[in-house]
Amino acid sequence: MEEELESGVVKKFLYINRRAPHGTVYAHEALEVVLIGAAFEQDVSLAFIDDGVFQLKKDQDTSEIYTKNFSKIYKALEMYDVEKLYVEKESLESRGLTEEDLSVDVKVIDSSEMKALITDSEVIFNF
Amino acid sequence: MLHTVNKSPFEKNSLETCLRLISESSSVLLIEDGVYGALKNTSVSDTVINAQKTSKFYVLGPDLKARGLDKSSLISNIEIIDYKGFVDLTVKNEKIQNWL
Repeated sequence: MEEELESGVVKKFLYINRRAPHGTVYAHEALEVVLIGAAFEQDVSLAFIDDGVFQLKKDQDTSEIYTKNFSKIYKALEMYDVEKLYVEKESLESRGLTEEDLSVDVKVIDSSEMKALITDSEVIFNF
Repeated sequence: MLHTVNKSPFEKNSLETCLRLISESSSVLLIEDGVYGALKNTSVSDTVINAQKTSKFYVLGPDLKARGLDKSSLISNIEIIDYKGFVDLTVKNEKIQNWL
């Protein structure tokens, strides 16, 4: 691993998020793993599909459910050079959401583009 | 009778099955990821609106707020309640069923 890092091997990492935030620990844990990928200077992309799109809903306030408001971390991803966030158009639409409902800048893509993104990735993590 | 649903209707069929099997004049309380079932303009909104003809719907405010949602995101005539309101509902109803 150390040799690989020294030789500067960079792979296309894709983190697929398909779960709503707060109800389960998946969304929060995914962020932890994303930051590890970023720390190893990999080419990181995030995809938000199905209920995963709810992770990016703006104005989340967890003060009354007494959990950490990790939704703020999405806005900080840019600082870790994680800038490629893709949201599936069909998932947004079937949940009554639009791009304006989201807290961060994303690229909204359709299923066929999402398919290409997945095909094009070298390492895929599913949450 | 009070029915609670805590799963997203887009991921599990808990809400769908609940609404299919509950008797008339039941109360349905959406909590945790179940609150997504109260959203308007979704693929399940029509099912909920149809069930409103016979059942009264409530949604837990703190769970809505955590998910960045408020009254403006919801189907009309769904009442937003707080934890105290949750307690009141459990006291008012003799039986409670939790659709997990």
